Amino acid sequence: MNQLQNFTKGFIKENPILVLVLGTCPTLATSTSALNGMGMGLATTFVLIGSNVVISLLANVIPDKVRIPAFIVVIASFVTVVDLVMQAYVPSLYETLGIFIPLIVVNCIVLGRAEAFANKNTVFSSLLDGFGMGLGFTMALGILGTFRELVGSGSIFGYKFIKGDGILVFILAPGAFIALGYLIAIINRVRKT
Amino acid sequence: MEYIIIIISALLVNNVVLAQFLGVCPFLGVSNKVDTAIGMGGAVTFVIVIATTVTYLIQIYVLNKLGIAFMQTITFILVIAALVQMVEIILKKVSQPLYQALGIFLPLITTNCAVLGVAILVIQKNYNLLQGVVFGGSTALGFGFALVIMAGIREQLELADIPDGMKGVPISLVIAGILALAFMGFSGIVR
Repeated sequence: MNQLQNFTKGFIKENPILVLVLGTCPTLATSTSALNGMGMGLATTFVLIGSNVVISLLANVIPDKVRIPAFIVVIASFVTVVDLVMQAYVPSLYETLGIFIPLIVVNCIVLGRAEAFANKNTVFSSLLDGFGMGLGFTMALGILGTFRELVGSGSIFGYKFIKGDGILVFILAPGAFIALGYLIAIINRVRKT
Repeated sequence: MEYIIIIISALLVNNVVLAQFLGVCPFLGVSNKVDTAIGMGGAVTFVIVIATTVTYLIQIYVLNKLGIAFMQTITFILVIAALVQMVEIILKKVSQPLYQALGIFLPLITTNCAVLGVAILVIQKNYNLLQGVVFGGSTALGFGFALVIMAGIREQLELADIPDGMKGVPISLVIAGILALAFMGFSGIVR
């Protein structure tokens, strides 16, 4: 039961974007379409799982004083793996996400989970925590990306639903801020009642 | 002329927070008061200029020379983390007033994606060292500029009556969106 909670708490209760409001930079930048958002989410999920597992394994070895730099090295290694793999197999997505792939290193969610969870828990719980948090992140990015793509260009996953141009501003920078603002407001409202 | 274009482009047209989404976390976190916003802007400018210089030199003289450019992410983040620590220690020894003003913001800067972002962008755009430093400096000023405007608005906002669900982060994001809309007016000055 407890393990199940480790997995599911990332979806709604402690959703990294919608409730904890961490990692807003990649959220805003890569949610221009449903596909981009999901791609970014999955890349981050991989890094989260990898770094959580390795850090929970090494937690007893790493001296407490240098733990943050050590965590960053582990995270950066996984980010480099993702970076090279995506460059090789999904070059078009890699091109669109651009600088935000290497910037997963400074995503507060990844370091935050390492420090708050993986450092103190067993390997298996950390794996579930990373997986759940990653999926929560992917889900939020997917919702935001789908909404922005639908309103901004009238399509979902590239399939056109509505004829004509959309409300272009939702694909551009201002739309990202406004859409995320209202999404968090809705979640706040739902959680209160 | 080339440098003026880089400055205007980084400061206004492609503002780091409002158009490129780098450093949104501190933008939302420390934009409550104008004083702290100025302090944070100053500290970020300081670190970005130094970090850009150092990472540029490392990229050219170490990573490219040895053919290990794929180590860029790991190297840069470690260099930046070490640099922030060093700047903090040096400031503490050398200039007490400056340390008092910027000190509390320094630890937060390692995780500011604008610093790593600018370092990587300078390499991607194939700038030379001086162009890189000018780009880094004006990007950081753009960050401070956006932060101070936002703080000014949020100070006024405390008096406003906001619906319950919108309080805190959501209203800040919506304001940032409107600010970004205003900054889009600058596009077209520079291509």
